[in-house]
Amino acid sequence: MHWETFEHEADVGVRGTGGTLAEAFAGAATALISVICDPRAVQPREAVDIACAAPELDLLLVDWLNALVFAMATRHMLFSRFEVTVAEGRLAARAWGEAVDAERHQPAAEVKGVSFCELRVARQADGAWLAQCVVDV
Amino acid sequence: MDVSRFEQIASCAWRMQRHGRMRVPAVVFASRALLQAMDDKVAEQLANVASLPGIVDAAYAMPDAHWGYGFPIGGVAAFDAGEGGVISAGGVGFDISCGVRTLRTGLRLEDVERAKGPLADLLYARIPAGVGSTGELRLSAEGMNAMLRKGARWAVDEGFGSTEDLEFIEEHGVVAGADPAAVSEQARQRQRDEMGTLGSGNHYLEVQVVDAVFDPVAARAFELAAGDVVVSLHCGSRGLGHQIGTDYLREMAIAAPQSGIELVDRELACAPLRSPLGKRYLGAMRAAINCALANRQILTHLAREAFAEVFPGSRLPLLYDVSHNTCKEETHVVAGREQRLFVHRKGATRAFGPGHPELPPAYRDVGQPVLIGGSMGTASYILAGASPARGE
Repeated sequence: MHWETFEHEADVGVRGTGGTLAEAFAGAATALISVICDPRAVQPREAVDIACAAPELDLLLVDWLNALVFAMATRHMLFSRFEVTVAEGRLAARAWGEAVDAERHQPAAEVKGVSFCELRVARQADGAWLAQCVVDV
Repeated sequence: MDVSRFEQIASCAWRMQRHGRMRVPAVVFASRALLQAMDDKVAEQLANVASLPGIVDAAYAMPDAHWGYGFPIGGVAAFDAGEGGVISAGGVGFDISCGVRTLRTGLRLEDVERAKGPLADLLYARIPAGVGSTGELRLSAEGMNAMLRKGARWAVDEGFGSTEDLEFIEEHGVVAGADPAAVSEQARQRQRDEMGTLGSGNHYLEVQVVDAVFDPVAARAFELAAGDVVVSLHCGSRGLGHQIGTDYLREMAIAAPQSGIELVDRELACAPLRSPLGKRYLGAMRAAINCALANRQILTHLAREAFAEVFPGSRLPLLYDVSHNTCKEETHVVAGREQRLFVHRKGATRAFGPGHPELPPAYRDVGQPVLIGGSMGTASYILAGASPARGE
């Protein structure tokens, strides 16, 4: 599983790649956290279960990341570990994290939502899955 | 930007002619240098916006336009509901009614310099800001509905600021037509801890000094002079607005084909203004505008309290409050005819000129204060709305 962020003029792109779709989705989630803080600073103390479904894979990515944004905003948490399964348009996941500690995590930005900009979920030529989009900060 | 895609129509105005699927031309307000510095993607996005049903006159871009979601940031587009016009969640953005509010302090630079340490510490302690921060106010379901319907007016009724403030807010602090029933439970949950919070990212509360005056007449009307200290707030509708944007962007993107709207770019997710979905989004968006106006009113109260502790007797009257991510129903003259239009402004601010009846009497001679917030470390600007040139 690999993750990275990419440039967008006003906001930031998040990208995950992996051997499976689930890995790519987990990567995109880690990239999402990296926009806020260093994921390595977030201890996986507490689990939150997330489930979503969408008619298309790219919408499922949007839903997955938006569900994390919602969980972070309402629970005042950050996450660093993601166990994801994706099958037939449905995603079930367990996100591990902890309460926001401003001093320790030094959060840099708040993700407001997930856009359809640069939205792509696809199998690459080398067989790896890619999941990416731009998030609004 | 390839400037040859545009013809120059005025010293700071450029037009891209209709082509392809465009229903109207695109117009950019900028100097040649600013236009050249823009990404080509701005032209592409303007062409896409210009292809939306019911668009009137032109798709506009402001001098600082840049690549956004469907609409360029710094984009303006008006739609006629009777012509099948649409409303676009992407054209308003995730931070509905994000805006800027500036307060005069009656203090001079030298007054604040002496006490800026304690002032900064107190503001930092009193103004909830940053990821994970929470406000003290908790609203019941009825309280939240009242806030969504009445905006800054609700906040004043709750003891945050005074009725005098409302005169210096667009729409006098509340937009009509808010529909709390169109606001999801998730949006309400997201707002539960966030009333009276500043947010994060490029949101801020900044204590500023008037560094230079370019228009002494307008400055006098706004009661500003070089060396005056002012306070500016930049924030929006917080979690409620962000969730409304999220909810409706998705719903509109999925529903668009069924409305017969072929989205050139899915980020332009929109719905006909007269469709049930269009009406629901309009009602929810208006609720979010009211939430943003209420939120800035609460933050104003908190800032006033902090200032009064450090500078007893200081009052912080409101100069003006503008929003820059909205869709508002307005009357405009287009080709000599009055039309009722739904005007999207994405990263763009309305600027009523002199004589406009909605302006407070104190500003009617010079035009509306237009507040352009800077980034951290750069200057902010206060402009005055101008009268349109003939034919514009």
